[in-house]
Amino acid sequence: MSMLAKALTAAFGGELTIDMRQHPSAVVCCTLPREKFAEAARILKKSYALLAAEWAVDETAFGRGFVVFACFRWVKEYLIVRSELPVDDPSFPSLTKKFLPAYRFERQMQSLMGVIPTGHPDMRPWIKFEDWPQEAFPLRKSFDATKPMPRVAGEYVWSRAEGEGVYEIPVGPVHAGIIEPGHFRFQAVGEMIVNLEARLGYVHKGTEKRFEALSWKDGAKLSGRVSGDSTVAHSIAYSMAVESMTGCSIPERAHWLRAICLERERIANHLGDIGTICNDAAFAFMLYQCSRLRELVLRTNSRLFGHRFIMDKVFPGGVAVDIDNAGKAEMHAELEGLSRDFERLVVIYDESSSLEDRVRDTGILKPEKARELCVVGIVARASGMNLDCRIFNPFPPYDQYDQLELDVPVKITGDVNARTYVRIEEVRESIRIIRYMLENLPDGLLSIDPGVPAPDTNGFAAVEGWRGEILYWLQSGPAGEINRCMVRDPSSLNWLALEQAIPGNIVPDFPLCNKSFNQSYSGHDL
Amino acid sequence: MIRILRQIFRTGIVTEPLPPAVETEIRQTGARLEEAIIKHFRRSLTIRQVDAGSCNGCELEIHAINNSFYNCERFGVHFTASPRFADMLLVTGPVSKNMEIALRRTYNATPTPKLVVAVGDCGCNGGMFGESYASLGGIDKVIPVDVYVPGCPPTPLALLNGILTAVDGYPGKKK
Repeated sequence: MSMLAKALTAAFGGELTIDMRQHPSAVVCCTLPREKFAEAARILKKSYALLAAEWAVDETAFGRGFVVFACFRWVKEYLIVRSELPVDDPSFPSLTKKFLPAYRFERQMQSLMGVIPTGHPDMRPWIKFEDWPQEAFPLRKSFDATKPMPRVAGEYVWSRAEGEGVYEIPVGPVHAGIIEPGHFRFQAVGEMIVNLEARLGYVHKGTEKRFEALSWKDGAKLSGRVSGDSTVAHSIAYSMAVESMTGCSIPERAHWLRAICLERERIANHLGDIGTICNDAAFAFMLYQCSRLRELVLRTNSRLFGHRFIMDKVFPGGVAVDIDNAGKAEMHAELEGLSRDFERLVVIYDESSSLEDRVRDTGILKPEKARELCVVGIVARASGMNLDCRIFNPFPPYDQYDQLELDVPVKITGDVNARTYVRIEEVRESIRIIRYMLENLPDGLLSIDPGVPAPDTNGFAAVEGWRGEILYWLQSGPAGEINRCMVRDPSSLNWLALEQAIPGNIVPDFPLCNKSFNQSYSGHDL
Repeated sequence: MIRILRQIFRTGIVTEPLPPAVETEIRQTGARLEEAIIKHFRRSLTIRQVDAGSCNGCELEIHAINNSFYNCERFGVHFTASPRFADMLLVTGPVSKNMEIALRRTYNATPTPKLVVAVGDCGCNGGMFGESYASLGGIDKVIPVDVYVPGCPPTPLALLNGILTAVDGYPGKKK
């Protein structure tokens, strides 16, 4: 039994039951009475666990009322704690005082599912805007999602810094650049920011609710559009969660091809980010050079895999891409040129003192804070946390540690430079492992029939996208349909970290810091 | 500095002529285009991009038309930070409930002729997200659209073509 499950069993004994509906079996799911929900979090925190996600499910279709879930992670282990709430009193003890990221998860659960976190310090709605009807809880089964929603009057209350000389700068939702919408409010004194509050939810499209109206097959398409820049990673995570529910084990070759696509997505996005980070420090040369390299990667994707972002090519049961010897040769040649040009650019990045002046010691997220906020992915690795699902929750070929020798870069300074450098080293590493995968690609089928999940089964998967760990938790309904699809993009955790890294920086450095985090709005708002 | 200059010279100019199909199309409409961009838009067309609820896929391809391969600036097309300076809105969708007001305000802040190009399958008709409590569907549910560019996401070439088509239709809209 896992360490975390042992700690909980020791503390709760007979009050705890292990939920056998949860798949894969490596992920333990414990049911506890709701009074013990926060107590369990306290014990897990003492065992060094981090909060990975918290969500609510409407299980009235099974006659069980509402259920709250919290997913914890400790090195390789995931543990899910669930507590059932009666329909007439859907309240549960808040985890926010134990785990900071619960702050937004619980506001969101309250806004969209109508479950009440007692003891939560901030009951303002999240995602649900002030002009939504109070009683609209879209994730409840009783809510008709197909009908348009009326607007009502309401006002959002901002948290504010006040005092002599403090002024406010509102930004967004329509930003100056070509990026997604969100609203930021800075309170600044002179050039220095003293407080930043982000308000997100502008791109809430009802994605999680939409899943419930789709078949398992179409769900893969929607997961590829949760965050368009991470289409491969999201569809792998969704597919793996479905496969865990049906017990389907896909061909080795399909796994490897997924990994190749995943690494190509990582390279393309990191190249784009490195360029735009430098551009926000007025170093436009790098933007044009990096976007040239990025374009070359996308064109190879289009030629070999039929889509520039490799969208809709991963689904439950396997993949719809393949590569022959000519394709391998083409990709090798591409990587050769890419690697050569990229290394030249890294030297220029390193040697430009004006650039260094902007990126070093800017937007620092201290390691202690990063841990408190339970951040994941590039943001975590730039702040001293060694987290990577490719190491801790690998699918083939990542599980062949001794052959692949995947090196995960970890920096401790937590500034813009650290986040850029994590990306630089990951590009190098991805190029190297794609070469390995091309040379050792096993033969076999591309896909098999994944089967259909049995009713009342839960599936789970964690995949390291280019931003970080992506979690999917799926539940099948009484007729075997999708009853709930919980999506946890890395941005759901990392957005809070941006707010914490900004105060103390000057206003003109905000775009630079924001770019170095580059969080998804769509993946967060859902 | 010398490394930067060397890298620039080594890279050379990578901007490509458009593929024959698109090229011919542009040549056919060339005369009118020239008239439109040079006369009505004073040689340059200014675009404000609005994400009204997209998944960020379309945004990445809109970025791509700025890269040195597609180099949209050679046609006098460039992006601005404010709708007040914009001749055209390039809108991705679906329009989310929470972005509807912001999109209307952006449209109202844009001076005439307010060319609107709806980008992507979601921008054209709501795509995978359809119409629901949170998604209003295509852009034309909220503001009038001149040109639709389908695709998920549309390729950079399709985007360029869509922008040029909207400019081509401009003299008609002026009245």
